[in-house]
Amino acid sequence: MNKNEGFVIVDGVKTPIDGKKNLLEVIRASGVDLPTFCYNSELSVYGACRMCVVEIEGRGIQGACSTPPEDGMVIHTNTPSTLRVRRMALELLLANHHGDCQTCDKNMRCKLQDLARRFGIKNVRFQQPKQHVPIEDSNPSIVRDPNKCILCGDCVRMCKEIQGIGVLDFAGRGSDARVTPAFGKELRQVECIYCGQCASVCPTGALTIKSSIDVVWNAIHDPKKVVVAQVAPAVRSAVALEYGIQGGEQALGKVVAALRRIGFDKVYDTSFAADLTTVEEATEFLTRLERGEKLPQFTSCCPAWVKFAEQFYPNYLSNLSSCKSPQQMFGSLAKKFLPERLGISREDLFVVSIMPCTAKKFEAQRPEFTVEGIPDVDAVLTTQELIMMIDQAGLKVAELPTDSMDLPFGFKTGAGIIFGASGGVAEAVLRMATAGDNGSKQLTEFQEVRGLQGIKEASVTIGDREVKLAVVNGLANARQLLEKLRSGEVYYDIVEIMACRGGCIGGGGQPIPNDMETREKRKEIIYDCDAIQSIHNAAENPYVKETYAKILQKPNSSIAHKLLHTDYRSRRRIAGETVRLTDAKSDVKTPVSVCIGTNCYLRGSYDTLKKLTELARDAGVADKLEFKATFCLENCRKSPNVQVGSTIFGGITPDKAEEFFNETIRPIVESNPVESKE
Amino acid sequence: MIDIRTISSPTELEDIKKQVQAALKSGCTRILVCGGTGCMANGAADVFAALHAELEKRNIPIRIDILEESEKDAVRLGYSGCPGFCQVGPIVRVFPADFFLTRVKPEDAPEIVEETILNGRPVERLLFKDASGKVYTTRDEIPFYADQVNVVLAECGIIEPGDIREYIAYDGYRALAEAVFGLSPEAVITEVTESGLRGRGGGGFPTGRKWALTQKVQSSKKYIICNADEGDPGAFMDESIMEGNPHALLEGMTIAGYAIGADEGYIYVRAEYPLAIQRLRAAISQARAAGLLGQRILGSAFSFDIHIKEGAGAFVCGEETALISSIEGQRGMPRPKPPFPAQEGLWGKPTVVNNVETFANVPKIILNGADWFRRFGVDKSPGTKVFALTGAVNNTGLIEVPMGTTLGDVVFKIGGGIRGGKKFKAVQIGGPSGGCLTTEHLDLPLDYDSLKAAGAMVGSGGLVVMDESNCMVEIARFFMQFTQKESCGKCVLCREGTKRMLEILEKITTGQGTLEDINLLEELALAVRDGSLCGLGKTAPNPVLSTLRYFRDEYLAHVVDHVCPAGACQAFQTYRINPDKCIGCGLCLRKCPVNAITGEKKKPHVIDASVCIKCGACREACRFDAVEV
Repeated sequence: MNKNEGFVIVDGVKTPIDGKKNLLEVIRASGVDLPTFCYNSELSVYGACRMCVVEIEGRGIQGACSTPPEDGMVIHTNTPSTLRVRRMALELLLANHHGDCQTCDKNMRCKLQDLARRFGIKNVRFQQPKQHVPIEDSNPSIVRDPNKCILCGDCVRMCKEIQGIGVLDFAGRGSDARVTPAFGKELRQVECIYCGQCASVCPTGALTIKSSIDVVWNAIHDPKKVVVAQVAPAVRSAVALEYGIQGGEQALGKVVAALRRIGFDKVYDTSFAADLTTVEEATEFLTRLERGEKLPQFTSCCPAWVKFAEQFYPNYLSNLSSCKSPQQMFGSLAKKFLPERLGISREDLFVVSIMPCTAKKFEAQRPEFTVEGIPDVDAVLTTQELIMMIDQAGLKVAELPTDSMDLPFGFKTGAGIIFGASGGVAEAVLRMATAGDNGSKQLTEFQEVRGLQGIKEASVTIGDREVKLAVVNGLANARQLLEKLRSGEVYYDIVEIMACRGGCIGGGGQPIPNDMETREKRKEIIYDCDAIQSIHNAAENPYVKETYAKILQKPNSSIAHKLLHTDYRSRRRIAGETVRLTDAKSDVKTPVSVCIGTNCYLRGSYDTLKKLTELARDAGVADKLEFKATFCLENCRKSPNVQVGSTIFGGITPDKAEEFFNETIRPIVESNPVESKE
Repeated sequence: MIDIRTISSPTELEDIKKQVQAALKSGCTRILVCGGTGCMANGAADVFAALHAELEKRNIPIRIDILEESEKDAVRLGYSGCPGFCQVGPIVRVFPADFFLTRVKPEDAPEIVEETILNGRPVERLLFKDASGKVYTTRDEIPFYADQVNVVLAECGIIEPGDIREYIAYDGYRALAEAVFGLSPEAVITEVTESGLRGRGGGGFPTGRKWALTQKVQSSKKYIICNADEGDPGAFMDESIMEGNPHALLEGMTIAGYAIGADEGYIYVRAEYPLAIQRLRAAISQARAAGLLGQRILGSAFSFDIHIKEGAGAFVCGEETALISSIEGQRGMPRPKPPFPAQEGLWGKPTVVNNVETFANVPKIILNGADWFRRFGVDKSPGTKVFALTGAVNNTGLIEVPMGTTLGDVVFKIGGGIRGGKKFKAVQIGGPSGGCLTTEHLDLPLDYDSLKAAGAMVGSGGLVVMDESNCMVEIARFFMQFTQKESCGKCVLCREGTKRMLEILEKITTGQGTLEDINLLEELALAVRDGSLCGLGKTAPNPVLSTLRYFRDEYLAHVVDHVCPAGACQAFQTYRINPDKCIGCGLCLRKCPVNAITGEKKKPHVIDASVCIKCGACREACRFDAVEV
């Protein structure tokens, strides 16, 4: 008999093993809800919380999560010993737990609260700790409260195993052990990408989402402000489940009604912007394909993936699509054109995006998305916050009359909606790219890119070329794929990368539980929404067409580039210090960056910098150059290095500075006319 | 000078053995100074230097190496491993007469050289004397040794631990040769299984069965790991084996590697054993050079090499899965079992993890056979066990006795009874993971099963003897303090439970405990015992549970009567001056750091109990024994 077949006896009842990998799953499937804190079926088994202990005849007390089932095992789930263990574990955790439930973000949704209630803990017979560790609240997306941590380790394993980063880990031993970023730093000082998956699995209020609810209330209550919302595709799938409404678009309609009641002046659909993104990105891709340059192309709408790439794979930054994400494309368009349309000033427009994503809060704050001091997106509410805000307004969503979104930014095709699921961006781009004169392909053409698995591959014919694509969700998977790409083991023309499991439907801002089963349901809802649309090809969205006709001229035009495209910066190694890599010929000074990292410095780069600035002054072109001393251009073998524009030149020792200035820098300056500001 | 190059066959090995044996028998004088950590801490190095200097002064040629027949005038001076009788160190032994000199000081060197080296007589005052005054000349006569049976420690104290040739002379590596050339891996496992050898680290798991389970797993890569972390406070059994006879460990591991199909082994030694690490490194180096470790051992097709991995101050890394995590470079935290290391161990490969003493038994078992091994000990626990006998006995030190020796024999026959004429109270066996045995257990045989039935365990072999002046609650607190500090923090019950148990024990020993505290302590102890993830947590409550079982009245005395029956807990002590003895000299008054004593000259002084911090300075100062506690 196969190890995973046969039967076990659970509390006297014969129970089939049915291929389950551990006793916990067998017991839960039999209707006994064994409690756990640290068990997560998508992460490695940790076995630390001890809540799932059972008594196995002949083997004593074992953790159910780590014991493989064997035919004939006799298990007792509720013995005096196991009950004592569970209760004592809870009492000990409560003794260390700071904070009132009433004011906690996780009130009513906290596993510790729930299990303490379930097991009737009436008394904590130990003294509460006197020391309070400060709450970390310095990044845009995630709030970390170590006083509420029960050291289950789920966040540690999530960040390490699924996201391939490992920002959080255990430090200290015994009762000094705590979960923390390296060296006690804050999340914003280490390589956190703000994906929020840690908060998604945290059983208590130790990791929560930073709330923007009050910021939004303030804007709504400000008589001068006109507050508009954009709602992301994945949000509708979550609210449908949350409120028990059949169909994502139906649920969306109810949410729109709620948003209007709350006080939003206009409600738009991010899926419209996603259609726009599709057109821009597909055009960009086809151009690259034709020219055979900068391939593979990576999608860029996931801000956690973008930060990941900036940190760990800056060499691939020029492969990233230069398209902004739909959130930011929307923000950019809205801030540029809505004020006039709505008859208000730019300062009075307040754009709120409602997202399944915590990293979007970080994205909205990126300096390049603030124009003339005003951010394109003023606030981001996650799905969890949306639900809370609706609750605060006292609205019973299911009972509200269904409403519809405003035009023109509320009209979308199915292509925009599927952005919410892993494989959606790829499919949207393909639908457009493969739409020949015979019209769009059947929806079933692109089955291989759909689904929740971590890595999917497909190949498609575009014109006369075979195009290979990969779709990845979860950044540990992304790392795997990128390493294989780097080593040449695989090749793809286009790769879609989403940080969260299953794509945005599994985002860090989505309601908890955010498990496989829930994501599967959300995915179905998304593709249903798509199926019911009349148009599936983003390029055929009439309002998108209108936007091009009236404003953008054509895809990838220079105005499209200005409004809807962006660039990226390497965040490698030095926190806070960046090196701008810019491709675009712009009406700014030519940047000249001299590396003064240790290697270059020791070879005289500091003197090179001095010499170059002197030469520039003497030649009268100092105002046309922007000199910078920077850290590590990562070309150490050819040190000292100087970067002009986006090109790195090696071997520029002080004695070569003059030659370099005359032969390289001067011609560039002279061909890039800049208005002298004197 | 017997040089060893690569030995490429069992016959060559045999030849070398005969050569060295002959040289050792040559009758030349040999002085062995105990170089075990205990004696070294007591100044053995100075004794060595003094002997060296004295011999030089007398123009007696000194050799470090094995002497040839022709060098009859020379004296071989060297260090040995721990001979075990730590109470009477530094120990110096002189051969061929086998004089056993105790408590040797550097000043004794001239007399030793004059009397013993030049004139063949022992220095009487340095010989061991028992309580009745009887003098013993040689080691085997001494009562401390009379009831011991040395299997694992047989060569410690006789051979030069840094010399592979002496190990070979005592049949070293012959077992390996027999195994590799004469037995199949399965046959080796069968021999070990039939011997009944059980894990000496404390678990008592049948070693042969563990090897068999690992051997069965199909894998191209397997590992042998020796757990030399020995974290129990006061335990030094493994230390002595590694310092005194490192090759025995290497040979045992290599045989194990052959048996299960591994080609690589690790010795995980705690960093706090620098001497052991040094000796092991030297031994490995010599073994490799001699072709007894590494590629193609003794010219066979079998290859096996050993690495040393140093620990870094974590008792929890003595737990096998935490140890494995540590070797892998990860945080030293245990993992749930199953899977067991036999299936998924180091880097996910099948691994055998055994204790130092377990491995050290293996060569002798292969050489002499399972039946020979079963001659010692009892049916279910054959063989011998090394114990570290410490505490309130007259003879402390390292002992090796057959399994099944009674507790009473150990304490009174070998240990020489309780020192200072006090009464035996209890024995803590197994360190911080162990339980206590009391007067009702004096006839209990020390073996795995008997001890388990009594609620205790053999553990790694630490035996702390206690007398009436030891407070059992304080003992529990002492061990809990250790375990709490060493808890890795992974599982709730151990991490928080031990902390809270310690809090309660501290409350009790400082006079603030209540009856509810005792109940809570017991409840905690049971939960931690049942629910913890690994052995550290599971056994941390043992001292508590054990003392509660046998000495509950002491706990009650602390919380109900506010008295420490043993008079040990400071909080319960009151210092007072006996007016009949006090002559009013005022010395105590001047010594008191908190000015708690008042009194006029020549009149009895008085201590103010509310100010007194019980530091004991007054008691120490008083020449009239007038300060009472």
